[in-house]
Amino acid sequence: MDMDTALLLSILAATVQSGTPILYATLGEMFTERSGVLNLGVEGMMIVGAFTAFLATHLTGNPWAGVLAAGLCGGGLSLLHGIVCLIFQGNQVVSGLALTILGLGLADFLGTPYVGITTTGFQAFAVPVLADIPVLGTIFFRHDALVYLSYLLPPLFWLFMARTRPGLALRAAGEHPAAASAAGLSPVRIRWCGIFTGGFLAGIGGAYLSLAYTHLWTNNMTSGRGWIAVALVIFAFWRPGRAVFGAYLFGGVMALQLRLQAMGANLPSSLMLMLPYALTVLVLLASSARGGGRAAPAALGVNIEPEE
Amino acid sequence: MFLPRVVKRQEPLQWGSFFIFAAALVVSLGVSCALLAVHGKPPLKALAVLWSGGFGGPFALEDTLLKSIPIFLCSLGVAVSFRMQVWNIGAEGQFALGAVGATWAVLTFPVLPLWAMMPVMFLCAAVAGGLWAAVPAVLRLRFGMNEIISTLMFNYIGILFLQFLVYGVWKDPTSFGFPMTSIFPKAAIIGPISPATLGRVHWGLAVCAGVAVLLAVFLKRTRLGFELLAGGENPRAARYARMPYNLLVLLVMSLCGALAGFAGCIETSATVNRLQPSIMVGYGYTAIVVAWLSRLRITSIALFAFLLAGLRVGVEHLQLDLQVPAAFGGILEGMILLSVLAGQFFDRYRFTLKGRS
Repeated sequence: MDMDTALLLSILAATVQSGTPILYATLGEMFTERSGVLNLGVEGMMIVGAFTAFLATHLTGNPWAGVLAAGLCGGGLSLLHGIVCLIFQGNQVVSGLALTILGLGLADFLGTPYVGITTTGFQAFAVPVLADIPVLGTIFFRHDALVYLSYLLPPLFWLFMARTRPGLALRAAGEHPAAASAAGLSPVRIRWCGIFTGGFLAGIGGAYLSLAYTHLWTNNMTSGRGWIAVALVIFAFWRPGRAVFGAYLFGGVMALQLRLQAMGANLPSSLMLMLPYALTVLVLLASSARGGGRAAPAALGVNIEPEE
Repeated sequence: MFLPRVVKRQEPLQWGSFFIFAAALVVSLGVSCALLAVHGKPPLKALAVLWSGGFGGPFALEDTLLKSIPIFLCSLGVAVSFRMQVWNIGAEGQFALGAVGATWAVLTFPVLPLWAMMPVMFLCAAVAGGLWAAVPAVLRLRFGMNEIISTLMFNYIGILFLQFLVYGVWKDPTSFGFPMTSIFPKAAIIGPISPATLGRVHWGLAVCAGVAVLLAVFLKRTRLGFELLAGGENPRAARYARMPYNLLVLLVMSLCGALAGFAGCIETSATVNRLQPSIMVGYGYTAIVVAWLSRLRITSIALFAFLLAGLRVGVEHLQLDLQVPAAFGGILEGMILLSVLAGQFFDRYRFTLKGRS
């Protein structure tokens, strides 16, 4: 194998790695939105997940404890959004923004004493047999456990939505809560589940950053990935398959940017750092121009008024 | 059964927004102090520092007033956008572009006298900030692109653009490698109004007053302003009434950008006297909190801008006196916004113990 091929393969493998946290967060937000709730707090839940994952792993030495803590804390934070929007009928857009402000503040505040400390986290291991497939093996099967877990999520997501009764109920709460209510379901209760699951996955996305992508905690380590996830849900037309494509697209750009910097490309770092954000605007523009917004769940962002 | 039931109010609660804010403040301070206690800081002492740092005494009030200038300007624009159901959260990036625009004017025409420099500087700031806001507006109107995400991405890009300039072409060669432009000429520095009586309070305050009066006249006395107030509540009804909805959205976003640009210009010129990345401290995000708290009442915007500026100053003192991380401010703002959102429920609904009729 010559140099160029090896370099390309290593960038593609890094693409999968950088795309994984975004994939978790995107699927989580997609789940929440399919239940009819817009939660713009992804960035906040992700950073809280990143910190709690680091802290739990630092204390117990077991990265899986970190993943669980991240999921529970991300989900716990999302419940505040549930309290504001499902109980108190607050505006979903502003509540999500507040959740992001709060989450970034919390993680930074609690995490300040731990900045720069390293932890064990997850290590890469080759999957037997599959890792030996030429090209694909190198790109997809020489990663850590959280990446392999993320491969299972999109098909599970699709199966759940398309083939199960709870999935149908979730979609009903997002498309037509009144009809769901008339069918004897409780759309409010379903939306609680939607919100918590979304927060749980966003937390795990954050955990990936502090336990596998790096093995340490730094402030602001999500750097807008949560917002990219919110954009990708629209880009993906609320479908898990396209979410995979979107997440790896961004993973690719981030991997390329890091590689160029490492190779000492003669470009100011601030311009390189702009790339993912500019790309977000572009992909969103492309999907909006194709009428992407029409694929949104019909009752997305609309609160369910209490019965009198 | 006498379980409480939720009933819609016929009329909104009198003085509701202030009761709600007071309750929200108590809840937020309570939660934040609990967090401080977890962190091993004395919560009651912290509250005292927060109060005396932000509001206790002339020096504290001066600091708070200075910080409320950029917050007020950003909040005005955000409040008008929110009123139109346009979720413009890009004040932070528009602020950055305003600072860049003002600096460009100063670096390009360094020898202008004060009377020419000030208008040129403010004009360039307003144009830069306004255009930065107009792009997401056009994308939304033309392609239906979600303005929440575009304005937020424009924040990241705008701040990085500012960094690109001060780390690169605009860097002062004599700054020992620090990312900053050289200090502005005297004519480009917004000075204090009256050092003897008002201390460091600068002419930026007068700009705020002027903008507030103009905006109030525009909203109350012009047809467009009336359409804006009426149309914002219900876009569909506005379209039926043949109001120029698209034009209004574009106008409101550009106005917000221009005002945030003013704020960036004032911070650059009056506070640090040069362009440097440290001017980006999140006033644009605080403006979201202020705008939502005060809706579109200009006096309320001034009041809440002052209160939240005071909290920011108080947090700076907490940082100095008790080594509390600066992020504490974010926790306070997030909690206040969340609890106000929850509290506004009682503006529209009340509980009753009566049985079903």
